[in-house]
Amino acid sequence: MIEFTLWDILRNLLLATRWTILLSLVSFVGGGIVGLVVMFMRISANKAVATAARAYIELFQGTPLLMQLFLAFFGLALLGMTVPAWLAAGLALILWTASFLAEIWRGCVEAIAKGQWEASASLGMGRIQQLRYVILPQALRIAIPPTVGFSVQVVKGTALTSIIGFVELTKAGTAVTNATFQPFTVYGLVALIYFALCWPLSRTSQVLERKLNVAHHNH
Amino acid sequence: MGYQLNFGWLPQYLPVLIDGIGVTIYLMAVGAVLGCLLGTVCAWTRALGPNWARPVVVAYVELIRNTPFMIQLFFIFFGLPSLGVQMSELEAATLAMIVNLGAYSCEIIRAGIQATPRGQFEAGASLAMTPFETFYHVVLIPALQRIWPALSSQIVIVMLGSAVVSQIAAQDLSYAANFIQSRNFRAFETYIVSTLIYLVLSILLRQVLAGIGWALFPKRKAAR
Repeated sequence: MIEFTLWDILRNLLLATRWTILLSLVSFVGGGIVGLVVMFMRISANKAVATAARAYIELFQGTPLLMQLFLAFFGLALLGMTVPAWLAAGLALILWTASFLAEIWRGCVEAIAKGQWEASASLGMGRIQQLRYVILPQALRIAIPPTVGFSVQVVKGTALTSIIGFVELTKAGTAVTNATFQPFTVYGLVALIYFALCWPLSRTSQVLERKLNVAHHNH
Repeated sequence: MGYQLNFGWLPQYLPVLIDGIGVTIYLMAVGAVLGCLLGTVCAWTRALGPNWARPVVVAYVELIRNTPFMIQLFFIFFGLPSLGVQMSELEAATLAMIVNLGAYSCEIIRAGIQATPRGQFEAGASLAMTPFETFYHVVLIPALQRIWPALSSQIVIVMLGSAVVSQIAAQDLSYAANFIQSRNFRAFETYIVSTLIYLVLSILLRQVLAGIGWALFPKRKAAR
């Protein structure tokens, strides 16, 4: 029987952490791009487009991420593709992230006072110009803290991809547990690694929020 | 051409799905009630409790909020037995839900408590209320009313997150889906059905929570 030192366990977990980080980045960036499109659809003046975006958000926020992962995994296979786990994982996480970011950002756009829309309209700006020059620059400021805060959910969401066989931190934790029979140590370390990834993001979000509030009160 | 969707298996496996739905609802109900209770106690401790207990609550909340639910579940189910704490799958799943929601609801309820003006405490004391009565009537109930929408969304998120408990073989709805697809080899259709059930559950849950909010806080004006 092979003896595993704490360093053996930690080293293997840290190697797998790279995939957690990569998948988080891909999901967050991809989800941001799709989320931006959905957000624009959601605030569109066209009723049908806005309703479609609402249905999308309702669907992805109202169902478990785990089910979305399974559907991506088995659904893509129906199209006749061999689906590697990373593809299904990335796709599901991007779509899931997009639904939350779209709704967060919509809240930020709608938090901009109505007078800003009216003022820019009175300057003869079209809708695109209004968004580009007046609304979005202000919305962006208040959007940063909740967006950073949501990135924590994305990192934690990647843990579920282990279930469809993507080898990241959680999957590595299970594999190492099966080799070492030390679930307490291994899952404890896994939790600490997730904490080390997520806590700085949470703190940043809180600090930014506080800073923004101070700036807000000065007006 | 292509693949034909087939739902012919549905009647045969309906009882399995219904059992799964029952367990999911049980987990959600017990988790929500006890989780919010734990969250309230923690929020009280953080806002008004003894000094030594505050860092403990902060550590608990931060640790839970910054780690995945699945890891908490694995730690409780696989990790704790080495300390001599043995649990069934369902007990471990329930405990994980309570601990998870406890941390999130603590933060939400604390935000509501902090919004209570200082004068309200003093007003309560001047009416000869005990600290507990003041906390309950003057602080907690208006706070809950203020944060009820945020708490409701968190409960829905935790309910959806409970799908993961199938990974320790707690027999909830997602476990039923896994079981069925391993028998009928119709994975896509099975997960479509279970996903739709989750969607209906989350919509219903939101309605129920809105109704509870309505019943709990009748015509009370929130202190602003």
